[in-house]
Amino acid sequence: MLDDRYPLEYRLYPYARSTDQDAATPVRHPVVIMGGGPVGLACALDLGLKNVPVVLLDDHEGPGQGSRALCFAKRTLEIATRLGCAGPMVARGVVWNLGKVFHEDRKVYEFNLLPEDGHELPAFINLQQPEFERFVIDRIRAAQSAGAPITLRGKNRVEAVQQLPDGVALEVLTPEGPYKLEADWVIGCDGAGSPLRKMMGLGFEGRVFEDSFLIADIRMKNESFPTERWFWFEPSHKAGASTLLHKQPDGVWRVDFQIGWDVDRTEELKEPNVRKRLDAMLGADVDYDLVWTSIYTFQCRRMTDFRHGRVLFAGDSAHQVSPFGARGANSGIQDADNLCWKLAAVIAGEAPEALLDSYSFERQAAADENILNSTRSTDFITPKSEVSHMFRNAVLDLAEHHAFARPLVNSGRLSTPATHDDSPLNGPDAVTGAPERTRPGSPCADAPGEEGYLLRRLGGMFTLLALNCAVPSGADALGCAVVDMACSPEGALGQRYLGTRGQAIYLIRPDQHVAARWEAPTLSDISEALERAKGKV
Amino acid sequence: MPDRPQSALVTLPNIPDPDGFYSELIALHDGRSAQDSAALNARLILLLANHIGDRDVLRAAMEAAADSGHAR
Repeated sequence: MLDDRYPLEYRLYPYARSTDQDAATPVRHPVVIMGGGPVGLACALDLGLKNVPVVLLDDHEGPGQGSRALCFAKRTLEIATRLGCAGPMVARGVVWNLGKVFHEDRKVYEFNLLPEDGHELPAFINLQQPEFERFVIDRIRAAQSAGAPITLRGKNRVEAVQQLPDGVALEVLTPEGPYKLEADWVIGCDGAGSPLRKMMGLGFEGRVFEDSFLIADIRMKNESFPTERWFWFEPSHKAGASTLLHKQPDGVWRVDFQIGWDVDRTEELKEPNVRKRLDAMLGADVDYDLVWTSIYTFQCRRMTDFRHGRVLFAGDSAHQVSPFGARGANSGIQDADNLCWKLAAVIAGEAPEALLDSYSFERQAAADENILNSTRSTDFITPKSEVSHMFRNAVLDLAEHHAFARPLVNSGRLSTPATHDDSPLNGPDAVTGAPERTRPGSPCADAPGEEGYLLRRLGGMFTLLALNCAVPSGADALGCAVVDMACSPEGALGQRYLGTRGQAIYLIRPDQHVAARWEAPTLSDISEALERAKGKV
Repeated sequence: MPDRPQSALVTLPNIPDPDGFYSELIALHDGRSAQDSAALNARLILLLANHIGDRDVLRAAMEAAADSGHAR
């Protein structure tokens, strides 16, 4: 009845009976999260650290096996830094910068991601999903010990939901039978197949891509490849119509073969058949262990609305993209980042419920951007028509000799955080000549300062960042943190936040996105922008 | 004909939003037969060639295209 749907990597929250199961009437919780993947765990941790009591229900007892999400982007690591769990991720993850693109047996070109200077965190790390999840759970355990009101309930499967006028009623199945719960708010982080979405009868429309991909994670015995991302279009080894090779921690390599639509999954996943593909690619004399294999297909789609009354959807349950570009888990973590401060403010009575509509607005636009990028990558990697295939190969042929064609080669456009340009929460952009990259709606770019990196100083509350000037008197009573920093026009901080101006004041949201900026605001300018950023205008 | 400066074929990136351009180009062919698409490509090349106008540039482009292909 409650059998595992997949094998566990770690059993970190085994089923334990809760007193809620013995209550005569359903116990009410401020927030219930459905799903213990990266997004659900990040929401639980973020809300718990904000002292919002949260119960996470997962039908399993810990992270599942298999690396699945692999490539975690800088913005995700910045959010993890705010949540206090980035350290072990970066220490364990593999940092990479160099990518090589091959067509048939020729190298078309190589690229270096050359990360910009002046950021605390790398552009990307490769880290297996269960490791990422384990580090978040470790952090949750530490937060719990320090009093954070977070509860993780394994083998608790939600069987039915019902919206109440001021909350949600849930029926939950456990190994010891069912029980009822109530929540003021529910966050659905239950993945692309979201049972919650189905129970609520909500649509999930989009485009199906008719192709299958075989993943093999392998451990090399006597060989190694460099720490680079290698992508083959139509490799001459014919083991896949395209092939991706990427490094993971512990000497494990991810190989991803595009194998076509009409495949017999059971047959393809048999070890001798997987090895046949790997041997064709690596050469028969290379010795390796198979760590994990899987076949996946994908769609690009999203829900029309991420908020339905008291139920909010985040991560794959709300939007699904192709894997090219690492935009799945990374965008889900940004959902959590965007949602949790808003939900905490609404629960604390500091903001109206309408603030949650801005979550839907901002993250739907972000999902569209991710879907657009991942769809374009997919169309380039797996051309849908003869003429599209011909153009794709023409681009690859030209890219071998001419630089102009290289920006057209698309083997995945790697995840970058969304800028919420048209957000109703945005206030004035009143610094003439200031850089575009830090306009209202943008995620703050990190930069080093005399007392450490900027993003560390911003933390997770509304902040007034005063650069080369003081905030107007009375501003420290607005309930924002105030961070004063001095910067020169040549330094990274000055270049990213001042441009040609000598001073500026930024109002920054708890998710480290810019809400407004001015050269010399009055107190009422700031308090109006703050009201707007809390959804009160 | 007005005098034109002698210019070389541009082979460095010169198209803003390359992904957007590429997806428009591919979308132009949606739903067309192979023959239809080939004819469309021919018309497109002729329009672009006229826009470029410079015979040296056009000749250099033809040579670059011929030299970078692989037999399939």
